[in-house]
Amino acid sequence: MIVLEHVSLAFDEKVVLRDVSFTLLSGRTKIILGASGAGKSLTLKIILGLLRADGGAISIRGQRIDQLEEADLMEVRADVGMVFQEGALFDSLTVRENVGYRLYEETDLPLEQVDSRVKEVLGFVGLSEFIDRMPGALSGGQRRRVAIARAMASRPRMLLYDEPTTGLDPITATTVDNEIIKLRDLEEVSSILVTHQLRDAFYIATHEAVVDQGTTRIVPAGAEKRRETEFVMLRDGLLVFEGDADELRQSQDPYLETFLS
Amino acid sequence: MLSFIEEPLKTAALEVQEYVRLTTAAIRSLFSPPIYRHDIVEQFDAIGVRSLTVVLLTGFFTGAVLALQSGLTLDQFGARPVVGRLVSASMVKELGPVLTGLMLTGRVGSGIAAELGSMVVTDQINALRALGTDPIRKLVVPRMLAGVFMAPVLTVAADFVGIVGGWLVARFQLQVSSGVYWSSVLESLYIQDVWMGLIKPVVIGFVIVSVACHVGLRTSGGTEGVGRATTLAVVAGSVAVIAVDFFVTRLLISLMY
Repeated sequence: MIVLEHVSLAFDEKVVLRDVSFTLLSGRTKIILGASGAGKSLTLKIILGLLRADGGAISIRGQRIDQLEEADLMEVRADVGMVFQEGALFDSLTVRENVGYRLYEETDLPLEQVDSRVKEVLGFVGLSEFIDRMPGALSGGQRRRVAIARAMASRPRMLLYDEPTTGLDPITATTVDNEIIKLRDLEEVSSILVTHQLRDAFYIATHEAVVDQGTTRIVPAGAEKRRETEFVMLRDGLLVFEGDADELRQSQDPYLETFLS
Repeated sequence: MLSFIEEPLKTAALEVQEYVRLTTAAIRSLFSPPIYRHDIVEQFDAIGVRSLTVVLLTGFFTGAVLALQSGLTLDQFGARPVVGRLVSASMVKELGPVLTGLMLTGRVGSGIAAELGSMVVTDQINALRALGTDPIRKLVVPRMLAGVFMAPVLTVAADFVGIVGGWLVARFQLQVSSGVYWSSVLESLYIQDVWMGLIKPVVIGFVIVSVACHVGLRTSGGTEGVGRATTLAVVAGSVAVIAVDFFVTRLLISLMY
């Protein structure tokens, strides 16, 4: 569970986040929408402790993390994976080394076990054959999927996605969306997703992954499942909406109507 | 008027504060796990072994031209046979450390700033932190160790080939016999000179790498920012090499001579 309470952030005179509060329950998904510069990506960085908020409290699984030292944050981060904009893959490492990075470098797991996990997660995102490629030899969509594989390799309980489909064509974006849905529904990973791609946001909120005779299929979600994904709308650093997909669509707020149109 | 002075001063103070924080954190990291041994070995190769060619060429031609120039001057006093003394003293005490430092700044400092700067602007540094790795331990410590240990090794190599370059000029251009040259080389070197030639590159190596890491990790402004960081690392590193050389020389003279 991730809880933000009255979080604020400013750079000199420019206020980026004002009194933002929301809660992500276990197994749920929160989609943060907003125009460019609304403070969406910074919210994710604050949650992971990559950036310090000026005020407010951030808790992950009941532990206050906003006052922790960098060394103590490392333990918290073991439970929270992050998929960065553009992937942020390490250029000098192969796909195998990127995906298994945390396991190779930060754990004492035997190499065979790490290799096996790397192959497993690459299989999950459908990129097994690219295991020995360098990131530079991958397409934009493949890089995002490798980034997802890297974030999930150490089995975190929470995942943060920063614009995972921005700049991708609709077909590739749907492939990435499907991976996010599969992680949520099959691996039960709680997630916060930042995007301004409405098509992808609603697709993730309204679809679910089911395993049918050993095959994973993405199908329209039932009413209960749809309520498990909530939207948060940020406008100029202020949280102006929180609710599920249906409530968002039915909102009479002029700004939301303009944003959704 | 006040803000005109105040702003640059504040920026400079902030830079110094961040630099001190980075170097302190890096030094403290040496004494606690995790230590990324593989990265340390890799950086010894990248900073040390791969800089050997440029450092040897610089050292060789510096020694050769030093013999050539000093030969002309020494002739005026009929002191051509002591050319070896001049070459070895200059190379070991001053030119070897400084020129090796400057070459390392150009080759290694720029590379470090560009690499770390690119990692910053593409969020790879944040990705490292998100994956539970301290960038200082993973990226800065191995480079600093390599700088501190490999700069003296490279300097010794540059000193040696510089003296050999001087010998070639002395022998074939100035017609000084090999025996006279080499005995002159050895006679002029005192143990204090050797210590000075070894201590200076340790400090210079540390400064080059720490400045480059600091500049690289504070990169902002996309690819343009990476370019600016690279230039700044070379300029600031070069000036720092010369300045550090002066202060360390002053200190060592007062301590050892």
